[in-house]
Amino acid sequence: MSAREPAPGSLEPGSEIDGFVIGERVHAGAMGSLYRVCGPAADMPLVMKVPHIRAGESDEALINFETEVMIMPVLVGPHVPRFVAAGDLARLPYVVTEWVAGESLEAVRARGALPFDAVARLGAALADAVHSLHQQDTIHFDLKPDNAIVRPSGEIALIDFGLAYHANFPDLLAEEKRFAAGSAPYISPEQILGVRDDTRSDLFALGVVLYELATGELPFGVPATLAGLRDRLWLDPVPPAARRPGVPPWLQEVILRCLEPDADERYQSAAHIAFDLRHPDKVRLTARARKSDPDPFFVQLRRWWRVRRRRHVARRVPKMQAGSAPVIMVAVDTTNPEDERQPFLQRVTAQILSLSAEFRLMCISVIGAGPGAEAEGPSGAYLEHLVRLRHWVEPLRLPAQRLSLHVIESANPAGALLDYARSNHVDLIVLGAPGPSQQALAWWRSVASTVTANATCSVHVVRVPAQAGD
Amino acid sequence: MSTDLLTRERLRPLIIALLADVHANLEALDACLKHARKNGAARYVFLGDLVGYGADPEKVVDIIARYASAHGAVVVKGNHDEAVNRTPGYMNDSLRSVIEWTRETLSADAKAFLSAQPLCVREHAMCFVHASAAAPERWDYVDSPAAAQRSVDASATPYTFSGHVHDQELYFRGAQGKMSVFRPIPGRAVPVSAHRNWLALVGSVGQPRDGNPAAAYALFDAARERIAFHRVPYDHLAAARKIREAGLPLSVAYRVERGT
Repeated sequence: MSAREPAPGSLEPGSEIDGFVIGERVHAGAMGSLYRVCGPAADMPLVMKVPHIRAGESDEALINFETEVMIMPVLVGPHVPRFVAAGDLARLPYVVTEWVAGESLEAVRARGALPFDAVARLGAALADAVHSLHQQDTIHFDLKPDNAIVRPSGEIALIDFGLAYHANFPDLLAEEKRFAAGSAPYISPEQILGVRDDTRSDLFALGVVLYELATGELPFGVPATLAGLRDRLWLDPVPPAARRPGVPPWLQEVILRCLEPDADERYQSAAHIAFDLRHPDKVRLTARARKSDPDPFFVQLRRWWRVRRRRHVARRVPKMQAGSAPVIMVAVDTTNPEDERQPFLQRVTAQILSLSAEFRLMCISVIGAGPGAEAEGPSGAYLEHLVRLRHWVEPLRLPAQRLSLHVIESANPAGALLDYARSNHVDLIVLGAPGPSQQALAWWRSVASTVTANATCSVHVVRVPAQAGD
Repeated sequence: MSTDLLTRERLRPLIIALLADVHANLEALDACLKHARKNGAARYVFLGDLVGYGADPEKVVDIIARYASAHGAVVVKGNHDEAVNRTPGYMNDSLRSVIEWTRETLSADAKAFLSAQPLCVREHAMCFVHASAAAPERWDYVDSPAAAQRSVDASATPYTFSGHVHDQELYFRGAQGKMSVFRPIPGRAVPVSAHRNWLALVGSVGQPRDGNPAAAYALFDAARERIAFHRVPYDHLAAARKIREAGLPLSVAYRVERGT
């Protein structure tokens, strides 16, 4: 085992490891060092992480390194650094990935109080990244501003997968009790209890980051002891608006919902958080939005009692399955409200919704852009169609928090639907086959065919069944 | 295990098919061998219990003996293979009748082949054993982290591959040196770095018991240090029909039909 014990900081600039030329050291910490490197056939800037592994099987740095090397190669998309290579553990452990250009959310935060629209924008970008990981059966478990790099495009890439969990792989950290698997200010209550398979733990950490961005303070401070850490199992934080006057009610609603001690009371999907942060007017406000003080003592005491009891009974936390909280978008043609497709579209939508308890439904209508119309301005036509959309969805009797209505003015309905679906993490688009206004067109020119061909998610095309003899 | 030997072994690309508990199920064995060949298997290891329960002990032993002689396949003995040559006292009636039927059906050559196989084989970083490497002849089930720990300690190799327990499970030495268990997702390769101890229960080819009748086996890529557990659908109804037609206990046919 002593063979793999590189002295910390032993890599000389200009030296070469497996074809990678070592450059500047950009970080040196207790767990390891980061070097910029140049590699063979690299089409992007690279960084090499070299863990400081000491002898002994249970070394924290070793477990984190192995976890990272196991998970990173299978992750894809702009929200993670691209994996390039990993060094042999028996010789020299290292991992080379894309060097994500941009600054960390920590650097952004450290510059001072952010305007609330910037908090929402950064929060939504972070939620996008978390959702992308969750869709790949991965839980990050160490979300914090240090681990989120804002790319020049505005997208956020998450780094450091040393504590992550992937449903396809053995969890090397499952039995680890010596060090809390997470960063103290951001760790979720269930993580403290040792739960390692609940995606909603990341949503709690996301709430802590949002709180920090909005108020400049941490909701639970920086606990130094396990007892201090456990406080968040029953204590609720000071509401953001009490920390920084002017925090809008919708933002407080989103943050406090993420920070619910009971995971069932939180958002059930990062996609839902991203959506709410991008549509403040569509956030359904509850008592959380109006809170100006933490819960009264007896409410906290009740939660404390419940947590104590739960420790004595078997702990039961439902395991989240990827896709169990789908976002479903139904496109409704409100310019032809009476046409015969509508009841079929309604019925199919109701059937699809009945398959999941945690869905979000977006009803969307694209209307032709009127002269001088704002994108989503309150023009007369806009309001008229919003009323029709509400009337269409009424029979489904959906709870308000599961539903949102959108009227978009655009000359290109298919393009508008596709953009909307993509930017709102829609899992399934439901729309009608070509209707009265398009029946003269060839199928391939219809909205339904264009959406089906170009969507990045599943598409359900609803057709009125042909009558016998047709 | 020296680092040198591990490194040398790693340079040689090698995909090893690990097949356990075939239990005289010819249809399931054929399906798994075909699947393994298609996925680049270069070596074959049969982890015991070639016979027992199924209707084709002679053909199954014949195929596996040919793999051993022509392709250098490793074969280790299972408790059913041993019972064919020597009836132990603890078997229940239906199991006893299966063993007696198998003994009457098998040729002398097949019986000699079964009795000639070792209980445990160690090769480089790998140990192959039907039950636990701790005491192979006792046929202890590796059904807990503690049992896995005993087997891994006895094998003294990074990798231990076993059958006997008909489920697919991957035990590994986690943080603090304690064994943990992972239920693998079929078809998804799992990185298994050789500096850590791993014990893979590869599942049963001929008699899965997890409610899914598809045959189970695993492919170990020794060069890239990855293991993939597979489930292979095959005509299990035909295999069950043959068990009934052979006059073997109906309960055995049901198990193959339903995978229970």
